[in-house]
Amino acid sequence: MGATNLGCRECGAAYELDASYVCSRCFGPLEVVYDHTELTTDVAELRRRIQGGPQNIWRYSDFLPVLDGQPGPSGRVSSRAGLPAGCTPLIRADRLAERLGLGEVWVKNDAANPTHSFKDRVVSVAAARARELGFEVLACASTGNLANSVAANAAALGLESYVFIPADLEEQKILATGVYGTNLVKVRGNYDDVNRLCTELSGERDWAFVNVNLRPYYAEGSKTLAYEIAEQLGWETPDRIVAPVASGSLYTKIAKGFREFLDLGLITGDVPAMHGAQAQGCSPVAQAWDGGHDVCRPVKPDTIAKSLAIGNPADGPYALELARTSGGSIEAVTDDEVRDGIRLLAETTGVFTETAGGVTTATLAKLAAEGTIGSGDRVVLVITGEGLKTLDAVRGTFESFEIDASFDAFETEVEPIASGLRVA
Amino acid sequence: MSVVVKIPTQLRASAGGEASVDVSGTTVAEVLDALFERHAELRERLCDESGDLRRFVNVYVGGEDIRFGAALQTPVADGAEVQILPAVAGG
Repeated sequence: MGATNLGCRECGAAYELDASYVCSRCFGPLEVVYDHTELTTDVAELRRRIQGGPQNIWRYSDFLPVLDGQPGPSGRVSSRAGLPAGCTPLIRADRLAERLGLGEVWVKNDAANPTHSFKDRVVSVAAARARELGFEVLACASTGNLANSVAANAAALGLESYVFIPADLEEQKILATGVYGTNLVKVRGNYDDVNRLCTELSGERDWAFVNVNLRPYYAEGSKTLAYEIAEQLGWETPDRIVAPVASGSLYTKIAKGFREFLDLGLITGDVPAMHGAQAQGCSPVAQAWDGGHDVCRPVKPDTIAKSLAIGNPADGPYALELARTSGGSIEAVTDDEVRDGIRLLAETTGVFTETAGGVTTATLAKLAAEGTIGSGDRVVLVITGEGLKTLDAVRGTFESFEIDASFDAFETEVEPIASGLRVA
Repeated sequence: MSVVVKIPTQLRASAGGEASVDVSGTTVAEVLDALFERHAELRERLCDESGDLRRFVNVYVGGEDIRFGAALQTPVADGAEVQILPAVAGG
């Protein structure tokens, strides 16, 4: 593999590729460092190798921090490889573009992952590395989607798991976690309380907390979203990306993915203008962006977009820096706009997203209305999760007909209204 | 005024291997100063040149992030627990 070590993003100190995530010198976050010089000799061959790889994130194993590359072949030992994440559809959304007065809009539908969110990408990488490092228990602090993914991936791999969530999470996300037979721990508090508990626990238990002590590996999984988008666009970058911001990890890693492929000459273009999307009820990064600050002040989340409800976003400073350097922005939208966003995407593309996707769709609509994004831009809207997980968000947003099972009833009670006509 | 400061695993080597340290102080700043007096090495780990907390250091009093209070001037009651943790991204 190309990964050589872990390095501190703040002071540059180097560490072994083990289960650590924080610099002991300055407390900065650790990130995987690669040496890709071997890959630069024959770019066409590298592209062919990727195209000939499996239909999941392991086609990019040269760029992921696992020693043995793709973790096991399919077939008898397929249970060693876990759930196949990635290679989700990139859908051209012409009717959405038309509604917003835009030219070229694509929807990257990451709800099409095994547990219906982008989290399968990051958990696949973290779980593979956790096994290489000899861990027997997977764990996480989650706002819901990660909980689903850790519980399912642990089940697929035959590992024990502990999943910590805020006690008030959407019922769908709780049910879709518990079903996998995990140790599900509901913490009375918000995500930031859960995260604090898990950060402390990770020092006291010999477990692989995918988003704490395995975080450097976990975060790398998000780069595969960028790799796929570029590959699906014919090895080109889009002009703009609209992606959700919770902790800021996904948002910044998408840009890292594009940068890596650009540096290697695998794709053409530039790093896209990166637009980050938050819900107004939890928008510490958007508030810092508006105020021109380079660090975020934490907030107490109050929004229906619970999967983005991180009030204390650890990668906030890096997200702000990226928005600035890429020519993007960080935006916030109201809960009503989130509901409208869910409906807009569903009605124009047939993709039903959870609240986080409502946040990104509403942000795209806002940027289009302001004229920040124009008809000459090729835009990719990142949809990170599935609508069935947050059904409450669409309750009451549409009407339906209820009739007796008779042709007459249909003709008199439904058709005139459905077709917009009135009976004289 | 006795306060318990919980030390994260990453910093225990700089704190004589201790998981928690009892010090006295009535604000977070006083508590941290008392801690740094006992374990001088911790100061440069947690603070930048100007004496402010580094940006990836989170400090909690009774489970509440001090940035919701008065930052370093947040009062610390007798018997309270002050926790130092690294900021971790990813939800």
